[in-house]
Amino acid sequence: MQIIENSTIYDVIIVGSGAGGGMATKILAEAGLKVAVVEAGPYFDPAAPEQQTQFKWPYESPRRGANTVRPFGEFDSAYGGWDIEGEPYTTEEGTDFRWFRSRMLGGRTNHWGRISLRFGPNDFKRKDMDGLGDNWPIGYDDVKPYYDKVDKLIGVFGSNEGLPNDPDGFFLPPPKPRLHELFYIKGARKSNIPVYPSRMSMLTKRINDERGICFYCGQCSRACSVYADFSAGTCLIFPAQKNGGQIDLFVNAMVREVTTNEEGKATGVSYINKEDRKEYQLKGKVVVLAASACSSARILLNSKSKQHPNGLGNSSNIVGRYLHDSTGGSRSAFIPDLMNRKVYNEDGVGGMHVYTPWWLDNKNLNFARGYHVEVWGGMGMPSYGFGFNHNEFNKYFGINVGGYGNPLREEVKQYYGSVMGFGGRGESIPQKDNRCEIDPTKVDEFGIPVLKFNYKWTDDEINQVGHMHDTFEEIVHNVGGHLLGDKPTIEQKNGIYAPGEIIHEVGTTRMGDDSRTSVVNKFQQLHDVDNVFIVDAGPFVSQADKNPTWTILALSWRTSDYIIEQLKMQNI
Amino acid sequence: MDRRKSIKSLILGGVAGGLALNGCKPENVEPTGENIASGAEAHFGRTPEEKEQIAKLNATQFLNAHEVETLTVLVDLILPANDTYGSASDAGVIDFIEFMTKDYPKFQTPIRGGFMWLDHKSNKDFGVEFKTATPEQQKLILDTIAYPDVEVPEPKRPLEVQFFSLMRNLTLTGYYTSKIGIEDLGYVGNTPNVWDGVPEDVLKQHGVAYEDEWLAKCVDQSKRNTKAEWDEKGNLLT
Repeated sequence: MQIIENSTIYDVIIVGSGAGGGMATKILAEAGLKVAVVEAGPYFDPAAPEQQTQFKWPYESPRRGANTVRPFGEFDSAYGGWDIEGEPYTTEEGTDFRWFRSRMLGGRTNHWGRISLRFGPNDFKRKDMDGLGDNWPIGYDDVKPYYDKVDKLIGVFGSNEGLPNDPDGFFLPPPKPRLHELFYIKGARKSNIPVYPSRMSMLTKRINDERGICFYCGQCSRACSVYADFSAGTCLIFPAQKNGGQIDLFVNAMVREVTTNEEGKATGVSYINKEDRKEYQLKGKVVVLAASACSSARILLNSKSKQHPNGLGNSSNIVGRYLHDSTGGSRSAFIPDLMNRKVYNEDGVGGMHVYTPWWLDNKNLNFARGYHVEVWGGMGMPSYGFGFNHNEFNKYFGINVGGYGNPLREEVKQYYGSVMGFGGRGESIPQKDNRCEIDPTKVDEFGIPVLKFNYKWTDDEINQVGHMHDTFEEIVHNVGGHLLGDKPTIEQKNGIYAPGEIIHEVGTTRMGDDSRTSVVNKFQQLHDVDNVFIVDAGPFVSQADKNPTWTILALSWRTSDYIIEQLKMQNI
Repeated sequence: MDRRKSIKSLILGGVAGGLALNGCKPENVEPTGENIASGAEAHFGRTPEEKEQIAKLNATQFLNAHEVETLTVLVDLILPANDTYGSASDAGVIDFIEFMTKDYPKFQTPIRGGFMWLDHKSNKDFGVEFKTATPEQQKLILDTIAYPDVEVPEPKRPLEVQFFSLMRNLTLTGYYTSKIGIEDLGYVGNTPNVWDGVPEDVLKQHGVAYEDEWLAKCVDQSKRNTKAEWDEKGNLLT
């Protein structure tokens, strides 16, 4: 049976099944709308034996978990990565961008760190605070009710601390810190750097009868087979199907463009079926793009017509512009006081149990905005790379490095769990010229013109990452540790990650009241075409120093409510 | 949770066509039982394309018979058996290194060249190939390459020192990711459990402690199964 060219007219076609698309699917389908979800990758269920990587041992893989195929290692659940065969992208000479894509049901929510931070009141009004970038046309109060609902629907652990720009929520209780995290707390506090329980979307406590509770295998990046952590497939799309939602799921379907009629209104989408490599059309009253910031921009720019010669929704020439990713800097250290550990199961949740939100005032600093600090360490499951330079730290004790034979066994154990690492994730200033656009000279294997990126960090971002390194060094010094590797120099741009490497890219279809300077209005509806909405991170005006997922979810819910209301009023 | 139902509803959702076109057939997502681990025994989560790539790599051989024999001697010098645990070759390190030379072709020349260096050195010093030299002779050679000068950055170290470091890295990583090695290490995770903090004796050993104020925020594991309810201010009631 062919699904295509059928006469079904969907109420809504949703392109993409990650955080934004998953939430829209749940809200719109449960409201009784007939929904088509179009996903570029295969069906994925972490409980399906064939797709499961949770609880696998490294020796079940011939490469023992090495990352030669999947960028985060063999057992990471993301299908795709920065480079996908047959799906190239280009960069303007002298600029840099690395575009991560997950092709699968649930998209990147299957493997992300699940750090789930609300934006605070300041994050929506940054221009008011430092004159840089732009304010969002909405404020925290517009989003707060949705953050609250997302907390309760999906589940997030954390603690209410009354912080001004890291708002309280409806938290599940956090897990206790692990040993390296107690060291982190000790070291950070010596320098008056605050530490709090982290805020992540794993169920430390039951929230409903549908999902399992976290059993602390530390493998969230492998996707949870009992659905105890958040991913869009398991927590939004499957439940919506179970609740009777009319959802037609089109997988391995790569959307080429949004189709439009004589009036310039959207009529649906066309996509390439990856299996038979033919193009098909779906018809719908409303099109919701949730393909990820850059993919949605690409679809819009490729949707050229007589009515929209510059691409759909692009009368402003803003589509693709203001692309920005989080800043990133990282460092690790050897902590002698963490040597000679008694071995016990400290897998914990997959990721950090404690973190540091941004804590300083920029007045005395040489950069704008801030960053949070993530911490890692502990006695994890060995994988490819374990045991490399096994006794390298001997040098700190004046002992020979290297050797062979049975003494290695003791040395490996001596150092197991004695390394701690830090990641700084910060806010960058959106720049109009940081952008993706269509490269007219190249197509992907589906014949769809590809994106060309043009992105440069400014001094604000580079200096901010320099500050991260100062912070890491201070903390390590406070716990008597040895920093590994050299501190990156200013010539090395302080070690700032390439744009796109933190995988928080946002801003390509930004939100605003003025149709000349923005792409969507405050309900994420195209200024130019009222039946097209964007619910991924494209509409973000700014990024905050926070991972974008919780905000994508809240805004997607808000937009979905708006779509339902507008359909009822027959406005679209 | 009834996964069977959710999968059925997916198919009823109208995707029959979609699934038929999908590389992942419906029978593939059918759960085979409640036990997650045993249900997935034969797989480790590869996509069809990934499986194909692994099969392709496995169908070719990089190391020749002489190199495999040399490698076996070498990895077992790096990590021999002891009274309790098997040696590196017992732990499957040979297959692992053979696979990695194909999976990461940059290893090929340094490894192949490294074996040539070993034989050259052994022939010159003892008149025999490395693999047939006595253990004492083999160790005399290793002693010259097994202790890198840490003041010299790795890429500037002599090729044979770099070669040995690479072989030791691959041997140890292969060993400690094997069943034998994981047991030797004592890693006890990768299993459902309930994390309830660092044991008291460990806290003492490392000179740290939990603060009451912090612990008060943390999960009470005896109530993990009780459904979460909050008051309107976000205070957890249950």
